[in-house]
Amino acid sequence: MLGIIGKYIGMISLYDIHGISIPCSIIKAGPCTITQIKTIDKDSYCSIQLGFEHKNEKNTNKPLKGHFKKANTLPHKKLVEFTGYFPNLKLGDNIKVNIFHENELINITGFSKGKGFQGVVKRHGFSGVGESTHGQHNRLRAPGSIGAGSDPSRVFKGTLMAGRTGHERITIKNIKLIKIDIEKDLLIVKGSVPGYKNSYLIINKIINGSKSI
Amino acid sequence: MQNIIEYVQNKFNKNIKYSFNTGDTITIDYEIKEGERIRLQSFKGIVIQCKTNTFTLRKISGNIGVERIFMYNQPSIKNIEINKKGNIRKSKIFYLRKLKGKKANIKEKYK
Repeated sequence: MLGIIGKYIGMISLYDIHGISIPCSIIKAGPCTITQIKTIDKDSYCSIQLGFEHKNEKNTNKPLKGHFKKANTLPHKKLVEFTGYFPNLKLGDNIKVNIFHENELINITGFSKGKGFQGVVKRHGFSGVGESTHGQHNRLRAPGSIGAGSDPSRVFKGTLMAGRTGHERITIKNIKLIKIDIEKDLLIVKGSVPGYKNSYLIINKIINGSKSI
Repeated sequence: MQNIIEYVQNKFNKNIKYSFNTGDTITIDYEIKEGERIRLQSFKGIVIQCKTNTFTLRKISGNIGVERIFMYNQPSIKNIEINKKGNIRKSKIFYLRKLKGKKANIKEKYK
């Protein structure tokens, strides 16, 4: 499905007609350039590749330079593929925020904030073992038992334990698009989006008729 | 990045810059909805804190302290009047909550 690449800018509160505040995220999306069109004859599937944000030609390696030269465009920092057959799009075309409209539901994909090595309470939502009082100590956020004793004589694969948390690819579905600014290429959506400020986001249109992609 | 946020504030919000600060006594006229009717109500009090998007007013009504949080861009706010400028040393004057009567007064700032 056709989409666009964007960058998370920050949050703001807007107000609806009843005067109720809505928390909103600002995304700078596009303009994106089509850098490659994949066809069934050549690649055995259909898709378009979009490029976002220009890059210095000095910092582009030779294979990539050739890739951009084929499409007759400047080098781009971020390249993302969107599957689907789009007959009226050509190489080098620009895609802007006007492919969306206000009050539309969209999906946003990005990488969540990294949280480092975390325990099971934060990572998997365990509730801990004991209490903080009644004579107990250091059991409040403990994982508890990780399996039976001498019968399996081992810990099963996939047992939930502590470890690196966050920095995962996350898709938030059915986010409401509140405002569009075509002059400055801005999308204003309700609620929060994954990742840090200035991190890349992929904004997907939802296929007509179905809520999920 | 800050420019874009400022641009969005100016375009979609009223983004009025008010000149009051912590310690000032101000009167706010704001709309409230009663069934079908919309009427103006005023709230007069001392600003006890100013945050980036909100500020808090405190007043004493019938021996009971009342605090209300307002947003700078809130559409229901129709008018803000500054009655008195306060001479204070802190930006957040929560100590007022513990004081009563004469001690809860704030000196006026003269220029």
